[in-house]
Amino acid sequence: MGAIERPLSAWERLTSVTAVRRIFVLVLLVVAWQAYSVPLNNPLMFPTFTASAVAFWDALINGSLLLKAWVSISVLLMGYAAGVAIAALLTTLAVSTRFGNDLLATLTAMFNPLPAIALLPLALLWFGLGNGSLIFVLIHAVLWPLSLNTHSGFMAVPDTLRMAGRNYGLSGLRYVFKILMPAAFPSILSGLKIAWAFAWRTLIAAELVFGVSSGSGGLGWFIYENKNELEIAYVFAGLGTVIIIGLLVENVVFRTIEEKTVRKWGMQS
Amino acid sequence: MIAASPEVAGTQGHTARPLLEVEGLTLQYKTKEHLVTATYRVDFQVYSSDRFVLLGPSGCGKSTLLKGVAGFMPPTEGKIQLNGKPVTRPGPDRMMVFQEFDQLLPWKTVRQNVLFPMLTSGRFQGAEAEEKARLYIDKVNLTQFADIYPHMLSGGMKQRVAIARAMAMEPDILLMDEPFASLDALTRQKMQEELLQLWDDIRFTVLFVTHSIEEAIIVGNRILVLSPHPGQVRAELNAHEYGHTNLGGENFVRLQQRIHNMLFAERVEEEQVMKHE
Repeated sequence: MGAIERPLSAWERLTSVTAVRRIFVLVLLVVAWQAYSVPLNNPLMFPTFTASAVAFWDALINGSLLLKAWVSISVLLMGYAAGVAIAALLTTLAVSTRFGNDLLATLTAMFNPLPAIALLPLALLWFGLGNGSLIFVLIHAVLWPLSLNTHSGFMAVPDTLRMAGRNYGLSGLRYVFKILMPAAFPSILSGLKIAWAFAWRTLIAAELVFGVSSGSGGLGWFIYENKNELEIAYVFAGLGTVIIIGLLVENVVFRTIEEKTVRKWGMQS
Repeated sequence: MIAASPEVAGTQGHTARPLLEVEGLTLQYKTKEHLVTATYRVDFQVYSSDRFVLLGPSGCGKSTLLKGVAGFMPPTEGKIQLNGKPVTRPGPDRMMVFQEFDQLLPWKTVRQNVLFPMLTSGRFQGAEAEEKARLYIDKVNLTQFADIYPHMLSGGMKQRVAIARAMAMEPDILLMDEPFASLDALTRQKMQEELLQLWDDIRFTVLFVTHSIEEAIIVGNRILVLSPHPGQVRAELNAHEYGHTNLGGENFVRLQQRIHNMLFAERVEEEQVMKHE
């Protein structure tokens, strides 16, 4: 049987860290990329990893990559905030009145399956070229998945907890804010995450379609522009930036919120 | 109060006005297909410092009755009065303790859970609320767990938090809906003992729902026995002299048997009655 308790070897400890194993996968992918693209020697179709990395560094330091990323993010934040506010309004209405409930159920059933980007032509007609159209499609991308999650979160609050809340004399908005919202927070948070992912994809796609407004485009425009100039390494650099920002928000911003709330409360489902 | 024999309803000893008066109470609720009559013309009175137990098999409407008193269900017929005023809606003067462990707010620590109703209802504020929270958490022996979130606690500890939370409000009456039914047998016995100790200490009034005859006799000083479909009063009994100490004693067993017969062996009892005649 051996010792009752023995320290793990350095290797066993190292491989038990998720980040270490993930980085290993990344390194493998990079090696495969390089091994395929170097003999291929076709920078127009498939630039090497090193060429893409150099292009990324160049665009970051000398070019406009940071500025473009900021343009995208600031538009995204505006659309996201507006979407969250409207979703909060709709779901509060839905839990407090029967009509609101029916309204939300019908609207989410109709609009949730509709890809936000499909509304872009209409948005361009209504709001013209510019941030107005982008924010319109972003709201659409955020509103429905978030409302759907929040509402089902509210519905799933246990009866006992509801009765406990009403037992203390809570009603109306105070009841929603003090009992329903925190009790449904795991669902709300996962709704926020899904909404973020939808919004980010929609935004990049929308920027690709109509690109620049008022002089400085976002990341989508950066990718489109470089493709037109056949600077394919820069296209890869742009795509890499989209991925990196997505990962940062998911693994830093949302992970931190989770650690401080639902994980601490033991509510992670 | 004398009433040493476990015979009849013991309201004669009281001259004061009852704290809770339930009169001719019929409660009905709707399911998708039926209108269910949960209780039919139930009468009882709870006096200050009573440990009043509603006992009956499942389907006798005892939980519905408690929800009615809590103000979650309007009476179809009859009335519920607390301190002479009709009960119309839920309120912090009647604190509920539920069977389910998820009655605690998972996003608040034990201390915050106990503070929450005091602060939101405005019954106690600031330092006074803090002091009461500290006192009642101490009374249920959870002081060292005061800053822990509920998901780290065992089932028995969660129920103790719920009891502390309800008692800290110092309600007119405590409503307990099978609070120990989800616990294992050892913990349940311990919790019953602790509840009785707390009662010795504070002399609160409690309306306690259970389907266990043994628990009813141990916890209650008065027991209302209900028959099912719809819930109707079969008898009201005194049980104030029984506790864990005389569990299994002759009188205890006799009372237990008697209630058992009332609930499950209706025919046998009716035959005996006929013989007596």
